Amino acid sequence: MHELGITQSIVEIAERTAREQHAAKVLSVTVEVGSLSGVVPEALDFCFEACSNGTLLEGAQLLIERIAACARCLDCGREFPLDQLLACCPVCDSAACELLAGEELRIKEMEID
Amino acid sequence: MCIDCGCAPAEHHHHDAPKGKKITIEEDLLAKNNRLAQRNRALFQQHALLVLNLVSSPGSGKTTILETTLTDLQSELAFAVLEGDQQTSNDADRIAATGVPAHQINTGAGCHLDAHMVGHGVEHFDLDATDILMIENVGNLVCPASFDLGEDAKVAVLSVTEGEDKPLKYPQMFRASNLMLINKMDLLPFLRFDLEKCREYAKRVNPQIEIIELSCYSRDGLERWYDWLRSRLTKKKL
Ligand SMILES: Nc1nc2c(ncn2[C@@H]2O[C@H](COP(=O)(O)OP(=O)(O)OP(=O)(O)O)[C@@H](O)[C@H]2O)c(=O)[nH]1
Ligand SMILES: [Mg+2]
Ligand SMILES: [Zn+2]
Repeated sequence: MHELGITQSIVEIAERTAREQHAAKVLSVTVEVGSLSGVVPEALDFCFEACSNGTLLEGAQLLIERIAACARCLDCGREFPLDQLLACCPVCDSAACELLAGEELRIKEMEID
Repeated sequence: MCIDCGCAPAEHHHHDAPKGKKITIEEDLLAKNNRLAQRNRALFQQHALLVLNLVSSPGSGKTTILETTLTDLQSELAFAVLEGDQQTSNDADRIAATGVPAHQINTGAGCHLDAHMVGHGVEHFDLDATDILMIENVGNLVCPASFDLGEDAKVAVLSVTEGEDKPLKYPQMFRASNLMLINKMDLLPFLRFDLEKCREYAKRVNPQIEIIELSCYSRDGLERWYDWLRSRLTKKKL
């Protein structure tokens, strides 16, 4: 369950930023999770309440933005969505594709009071 | 689960959006691990230490490969071993029995080693007196792929009893690895494991991956693995 560690990082980063801003409380945190990041959004949600207890994030909302994976074919240039790491170009069937999005695991923004 | 009312899943409805001051952060959640991994890498570089991160599903034979390797090569090369498991010091005890310095890290609920644990783990070794540090990761084909430890290479161990399709099912791990060891080759006559397919699948996820087949029981293939180790170490010491 490495979502636990990831959730702890979310709380750590948000709390540090909130203190720098002299905030009394964090109302919400938004994180971006790519579909190929290896992290299950539901598990982040599940850990968040426990991790945020006793911090400036207690009671805050965790907003998860899911990012769909997409790739570009290095042979024909076509950009296409993919739902797994292994994919061939839907136009020319080339396996030489570069991932453009999908591996994100980022804390994006938060709202403070 | 919705944190306001406990309903599941969170997408189903929205509570009133909180009205506060918006702050942009844009920080990678693995940034802290990556920073610590870079620190480990710099330390390993200073000591011209070759560091390998052994990853696999539970029971593929990582500890047996290490025991065999250390027994065969410790008169030639100086090793140290970090063992990662959720519980017990069984693996570190097995390594220590070969006479090589070993330290056990217990991750508890954690499913992988991270750069912070490894940074403290190596404090137990005299790195100047070490040529190769072996890190046996927690048996898990998923999570360890995301956590850089500062190693030179990941070595994925796949045993023939697990089935040839594992590189396709866990592509992240095989894509992150430089070498795949196919272990327990002595069992091949008893199984329907398609060796050619396994190699092809691994190359499909990672065209650069090197592959060595071996067996700790019959000892077939061990010399190729030892030559791989020697050549990686030579490159490192240049
Ligand atoms: N037949 C056969 N069995 C092997 C071979 N190598 C290891 N084993 C057996 O596989 C079992 C598991 O080996 P370990 O070395 O403990 O595996 P591991 O990957 O370290 O396991 P965890 O640390 O628990 O993930 C043991 O019973 C070994 O004796 C081999 O080459 N052939
Ligand atoms: Mg082991
Ligand atoms: Zn194409």
